[in-house]
Amino acid sequence: MDWVSIIESLFRGLIGESFIFFALAAIGLNLHFGFTGLLNFGQAVFMAAGAYGLAMMVATIGPAANRNFGWDLSESTLFWLGIFVGVIVFPVIFALVMGIPTLRLRADYLAIVTIAVAEIFRIVVRSPTPGIKKWTNSSDGLTGFSGTFYDMSPFGTQDRYLFNLFTGNQMFLVMVGWVVLAIVATICWLLIRSPWGRVLKAIREDEDAARSLGKNAYAYKMQALIIGGIFGAIGGMIRAIGFSVAQPDNFITDVTFFVWVALILGGAGKVLAPIVGASLLYGLLNFSDTFLRQGVSNDLIPDSLMTGTQVGQVRFMIMGLGLALLAAFRPQGIFGNKEEMALDDR
Amino acid sequence: MFLAAIAALMAFLSFGGPVAAQDDPAETVGGRLRAEDDAGDKIFVEGVEFTVFDVDGNEVGTATTDADGVWLVPLLTSGVYSVELNVDTLQGFELRNPENNPLTGVEVQPNTNKNTLFPLGERVIEESNSIRPIQLFVDGIKLGMIIAMCAIGLSLIYGTTGLTNFAHGEMVTLGAMIGFVFHVTWQFDFLGSWMTSLVFGAVMATVITGAIGGLFNELVWKRLRNRGASLISALVVSIGLSIFFRYIFLYQFGGRAGFYRDYRIGSQVEFFGLFTMLRKDIFIVVFGGLILVGVATGLRKTRVGKAMRAVADNRDLAESSGIDVEQVIKYVWIVGSALAGLGGVLFGLTENVNWEMGFRLLLLMFAGVTLGGLGTAYGALLGSLIAGIFIQMSTLLIPGDMKNVGALLALIIILLVRPQGLLGRPDRIG
Repeated sequence: MDWVSIIESLFRGLIGESFIFFALAAIGLNLHFGFTGLLNFGQAVFMAAGAYGLAMMVATIGPAANRNFGWDLSESTLFWLGIFVGVIVFPVIFALVMGIPTLRLRADYLAIVTIAVAEIFRIVVRSPTPGIKKWTNSSDGLTGFSGTFYDMSPFGTQDRYLFNLFTGNQMFLVMVGWVVLAIVATICWLLIRSPWGRVLKAIREDEDAARSLGKNAYAYKMQALIIGGIFGAIGGMIRAIGFSVAQPDNFITDVTFFVWVALILGGAGKVLAPIVGASLLYGLLNFSDTFLRQGVSNDLIPDSLMTGTQVGQVRFMIMGLGLALLAAFRPQGIFGNKEEMALDDR
Repeated sequence: MFLAAIAALMAFLSFGGPVAAQDDPAETVGGRLRAEDDAGDKIFVEGVEFTVFDVDGNEVGTATTDADGVWLVPLLTSGVYSVELNVDTLQGFELRNPENNPLTGVEVQPNTNKNTLFPLGERVIEESNSIRPIQLFVDGIKLGMIIAMCAIGLSLIYGTTGLTNFAHGEMVTLGAMIGFVFHVTWQFDFLGSWMTSLVFGAVMATVITGAIGGLFNELVWKRLRNRGASLISALVVSIGLSIFFRYIFLYQFGGRAGFYRDYRIGSQVEFFGLFTMLRKDIFIVVFGGLILVGVATGLRKTRVGKAMRAVADNRDLAESSGIDVEQVIKYVWIVGSALAGLGGVLFGLTENVNWEMGFRLLLLMFAGVTLGGLGTAYGALLGSLIAGIFIQMSTLLIPGDMKNVGALLALIIILLVRPQGLLGRPDRIG
């Protein structure tokens, strides 16, 4: 057993790239579910919006605009435009599409529609129809949009940083990710402390009561959906830059479910909970994954029981069972307050 | 108890694990044959013959693709070869570049496995004698029936307990896989006909999924209800279980698609020059229709059926009228899961058996159930049929690989204009 690599992967999970983008998506989901009570099961589509907003702007829409309108936008201009499109334009559009039909309805309808929107986006993006493939490159996804980002990196690409955990590019991504995460968490904290945030909580606790006090619950819910979606989009964008690819199958419905696991593990309705939840989740997953892989490759686990490819599936089983057990026995998570947030039915 | 049930399930499904690595000869030529099925998903094509010739035209060896679409011919020496695909074994698929068959000038370097690529085009559907909208309508009815069969349980479980059960799709997958085990893995034929093992497999799928549905109600959902768990936490539990079981299926079954043995039977029957159907599809429509009529009659005439509708309609009123609600919920779980398992066999018969087939169908079930009215039994029937027809007919306007988008868009639009669904009552949506 190579304990060094097991410990390394544990720490990569606790503080690395996966943790950062799932934490960002979970903060967004926390705003939806934890503070407003919206049952959003389409967080993956917001993550995809961030990834594709940037990727399409740099790789397909931007060059096409340059060709057709005779503009001369450089790749770095397109990169910053892409960040705007991915963080603001796309998420707002998706939030409106999801929210307008369902925010007046009961929670489980929102759950179904949000999944439906996420699947519609994924199916359309991965379609091989030429008119769509031209923009999204079907299931292979888009590449070649992260150069501008890594050009800014002060770290040497050949060196490894932070006790050999990260390469130079990863270190830059992770550092930017931490800063963004801190900013987003602060914004979320300030929002929740504000009068606006207190209205959200009031809607979560009793929508009719909030309405009878003259608050437009529908508008508040829509605003929460948009802002939480933007946080999710930032997460998806960091994921796309980290892998240097935006692929439709990186944003399957299961991704949303994992964000839920992170949120419920930490405890919905607390500002820091999704961060801790994502960190613990990925630490645990990476640890068990590497541990089992080492066991398989060192023949401590016989092939008849588990092979290398099956290890990856075991972690999803653990995740699913963990989610079910958490929701059944400790719906308030680690930090949650049972009185304030217990996955209640509203 | 719960873990024992899972262990038993895993033991039962323990087949078709990954192929063990072979002792590879120094040089081989091979490849992997893949195509797209009707839903636009990648599948591997089994049973296609390849023949390899050397430069002088002498046959070196033949191979047939396995369930993963993989074929491999060991060679005696490196050199230049040509590879021919036996077009007669393609089972309705078509080569995208027929002029590249046989593939000549395949250079095999020493100690390498040379991969060859035979891209397949769309599956040829002989539509010579059909009018397309009518053909699609009939295909839609078939799909709608399968969705309906699977969705009745989903709707009744929602109606009686309020639970939006995301793990319902896994019952569909489980049913299809149980059918697969009896029909393909064990080949449980008697009377010398492959049909018997399919029928037996379908019966076993219905019985076992029904029993597991009842068991789940007893072990998980009843306890959650008794603990007073909220509906949202029950919903999240069902999502967790859905992920858990889906990956157990993947673990046991592998990522490939399995086909029932009669998948290749392509004999078509023509109807009045309007549309054509495969023989197995006629069976599905007739059999599915009988089952659905049976279920509808059962709901209307039998005591249990009436009680189910009563509890779904108004639980408190039913309880105060002397109906044993817990008993009714138990029957709903058993019957609903059994129907989902049977629907899974039929769904596997039309497309293929894979680990996430039920989860893919789940969204279409939601579309159908919401369309008809969440919580109503007849609404689920009607809505699913409409959803199935809508999905197939929409390919008149949009590319086939996006046909499910149509149903999901319809789901969103119906929520805008009539959120309670076609047969639902407005007060349900709160």
